Amino acid sequence: MSAEALDHAHDHAHDHDHEHHHKDTFITKYIFSIDHKMIARQYLITGIFMGIIGVGMSMLFRMQLAWPEESFKVFNFFLGDKFAPNGVMTNDMYLALVTIHGTIMVFFVLTAALSGTFSNLLIPLQIGARDMASGFLNMVSYWLFFTSSVVMVCSLFVESGPASAGWTIYPPLSALPQAIGGSGAGMTLWLVSMAIFIASSLLGSLNYIVTVLNLRTKGMSFTRLPLTIWAFFITAVIGVISFPVLLSAALLLIMDRSFGTSFFLSDIYIAGEVLHYQGGSPVLFEHLFWFLGHPEVYIVLLPALGITSEVIATNARKPIFGYRAMIMSIIAIAFLSTIVWGHHMFLSGMNPFLGSVFTFTTLLIAIPSAVKAFNYITTIWKGNLQMNPAMLFSIGLVSTFITGGLTGIILGDSTLDINVHDTYFVVAHFHLVMGISALYGMFAGIYHWFPKMFKRMLNKNLGYIHFWVTAVCAYGVFFPMHFIGLAGLPRRYYTNTNFPLFDDLQNVNVLITTFALVGGVFQLVFLFNFFYSIFYGKKTVQNPWKSNTLEWTAPIEHIHGNWPGEIPHVYRWAYDYSKPGHDDDFVPQNVPMKPGEEQLHH
Amino acid sequence: MTSLLVIIVLFLLSVALWQLTKIFDLTQINAASNDSGIADDNDNNVHGYLMFGFLAFIYIFTIYGLIKWGSLPLHTPASAHGGMVDNLMNITWVLIFIVQTVTQALLYYFAFKYRGKKDQKALYFADNNKLEVIWSVIPAVVLAGLILYGLYAWSNIMFIDKDEDTIEIELYAQQFKWTARYAGDDNVLGKANVRYIEGVNTLGVDLADPNAQDDVATTELHIPKGKKIHFKMRSQDVLHSAYMPHFRAQMNCVPGMVTEFSFTPIYTTTEMRDMPFMQEKVANINAIRTKKSAELQANGQPALDPYTFDYLLLCNKICGSSHYNMQMKIVVDTPEEYKKWLKEKTTIVNEVKTANAAPAAEEAGSKPADTAKPAEAKMIAAVVKK
Repeated sequence: MSAEALDHAHDHAHDHDHEHHHKDTFITKYIFSIDHKMIARQYLITGIFMGIIGVGMSMLFRMQLAWPEESFKVFNFFLGDKFAPNGVMTNDMYLALVTIHGTIMVFFVLTAALSGTFSNLLIPLQIGARDMASGFLNMVSYWLFFTSSVVMVCSLFVESGPASAGWTIYPPLSALPQAIGGSGAGMTLWLVSMAIFIASSLLGSLNYIVTVLNLRTKGMSFTRLPLTIWAFFITAVIGVISFPVLLSAALLLIMDRSFGTSFFLSDIYIAGEVLHYQGGSPVLFEHLFWFLGHPEVYIVLLPALGITSEVIATNARKPIFGYRAMIMSIIAIAFLSTIVWGHHMFLSGMNPFLGSVFTFTTLLIAIPSAVKAFNYITTIWKGNLQMNPAMLFSIGLVSTFITGGLTGIILGDSTLDINVHDTYFVVAHFHLVMGISALYGMFAGIYHWFPKMFKRMLNKNLGYIHFWVTAVCAYGVFFPMHFIGLAGLPRRYYTNTNFPLFDDLQNVNVLITTFALVGGVFQLVFLFNFFYSIFYGKKTVQNPWKSNTLEWTAPIEHIHGNWPGEIPHVYRWAYDYSKPGHDDDFVPQNVPMKPGEEQLHH
Repeated sequence: MTSLLVIIVLFLLSVALWQLTKIFDLTQINAASNDSGIADDNDNNVHGYLMFGFLAFIYIFTIYGLIKWGSLPLHTPASAHGGMVDNLMNITWVLIFIVQTVTQALLYYFAFKYRGKKDQKALYFADNNKLEVIWSVIPAVVLAGLILYGLYAWSNIMFIDKDEDTIEIELYAQQFKWTARYAGDDNVLGKANVRYIEGVNTLGVDLADPNAQDDVATTELHIPKGKKIHFKMRSQDVLHSAYMPHFRAQMNCVPGMVTEFSFTPIYTTTEMRDMPFMQEKVANINAIRTKKSAELQANGQPALDPYTFDYLLLCNKICGSSHYNMQMKIVVDTPEEYKKWLKEKTTIVNEVKTANAAPAAEEAGSKPADTAKPAEAKMIAAVVKK
């Protein structure tokens, strides 16, 4: 970016100073707000509600897996007489729960709530901008997300049941209501909801990209951006590249379902008759789906890693190790993530030669991932670690990122994938590496920036309880899962009792469910802490964590335009923690270099 | 009863929570700075130690898992290529365990060792190119090795030599059952398409195709030991996946196309049953089943059958409500047994003929029909069953 753009941003910012004198009504302040801080809070709270549904569902189907076809009042209470007659969950409902759990957690919680909350909150505040490039588009983006959430929740209540073809909605199962009940109205609503969601995500991402490119304050060069911003920026770029492809896949699927086209369907005989479809291919859908689906993993994970970089550096009171290597890793991961999607399809019937190519690119992605992990560990080395809850979650993230990432070497290798594909081994792998890790990143972000968002502190002791129970339970759930996966247990089975071969895995399943239930219940500690502290938490000071980034130079009280008076200028990178020659162990970015002070990093 | 249990559990949880909060309160010596919401030295100390404890938890849980569940993963592969797969798997596991043990130790040990203290100052250490190069190059080299081995194995397994002498078998998937079709003496499967499905011709075989004349359909998959089997998969409705875990074999079945996988079975079912690890596994499963049967019978329900090992073909791609019970038994015979078994089967063409003859005979309404009918009905039932 040129200086011209920066000047422009600067001028633009000045213009803003004089724009915001109109009075806010309740509606413009809390509902149709165009202020990025309010939109961030809206994303977070909507995401938390969706998260409650998603996690709650997983607890229900884990109970079914541990005690198959047994009667529970709680099933009957939540699922009703139709889907849990006498308290026994039906097989259709099991598949629906698994499907919606995946959809909600991946898209609504880890994409929208994580990226939406923190990109919106931090991009303007950390780059020194008055607001997003387009506040209006930002508002539209949130309300589209809200609409898509409402549609998704509504789909749970249609008569034939919600979508139940797995979160990957492979046709023909997702295209034919004859094949499974959930592929009727439930699937239609699912597709509508996702189409709206994608529109929301695109508007958001474009806004983030434009804001980062154009609205950085004076002195905020790309090599001085905090790693959070780098992560959000690159995430937005891969979102813009890959989400439209899912939209086209969804549109073509809608055409196949409703207008009789044959993009994904061919030669089908079902319910006693031959259907007219000819010439389509389900493999085409898989390609389109995973062209988004794999980058999606990084859309989920990169913001979490960005947040972690910031939180670890701040709490270790130490510069992040290898700042430029971290940026290079983010870019490398983003680039590679768009050319590895085929590793989900080694056994889909595509040419095995393609499998070889995707094995190669997939294992390459381990290199930047390894660099990131080692850099985090080196950042902790010889630090002065402040064990705030956010720091605990960040360390937890590095741990699960390594544990889950390592088994990726097995799944990314086409030869080894043959026998673990679609087993619980895969479930264990991706839950650790992207599910739990990204959730930890999100929790780290919430604990760290709660004072910025809600002007109050979260209770740290409840935070500690939340972390330690969650950490133990996360490993407790997903570690044993590797073993039952290696025993050949397929995922998405309603019950394993039809296979005496798997009888010896049942006690492991009971253990997993126990951990899952305890871990799930203890999220209530977090929920209580979160909602209680919004209203009754202890009032915060302006910079509670003694952090360097610009958001802590803004006043506690939220104002339009973020800073009263001039926007702070930036004179140094974001990681001058414990720099020799300074009295404090932190030097905010807006502090000018002392005369003769040297830049000690590269 | 359940609701009482739920209430008790909730009560105990809240008590546990309350107590935990109390313990944390007690660990705070300096109560004044405690409510700031920011970690003080005491917090740093407590959680530094807990970090170290968590490292111990990970190690102990890993070791516990390996001892307790180490026997669960699939054992001796029953196919020729399985050894290569398992070998690569074991090499990868050794690597993973080394990296996992070292990195987790470093992470949590540093978290413990460098826990914050008031007068401690962190080292300003921002970058070091040498270190970055080391930990980019080492993974790159190690991964290059894994990639090469993996690709070598993958091409060996997946590329099927057209000139090789194989037995062609079709695996036909539909909601929610499997059917196998044998190519017969000519070893060429007849043409097939869902548009030919009619009556007992449930696989949609083109009955006019000369290659189809000797094709045989069965509901149990028999394959001979020591001969390469070339599977061709089809599906008539939705995606399925033919998963044969003991043979390290899997391939999706896609409506509208034919997918392939091939392997050579190396142990007959009997040989596999006699292996010591398998006998131990089966004995263990039967002990579990006996225990469960006792419970069931106490409630007046029928007992479970005792388990004997069989190779299985499972569906491993979500395919509908009864996905969880889509399976077929696989039997690996000696070549002689296999030939004998196959010879007794009726060809699809003959099955269709007899099925068509039955209504015709019925129409004639004379005596021979009565004698012919039960036998044919049984045969049709055999095809439709399972």
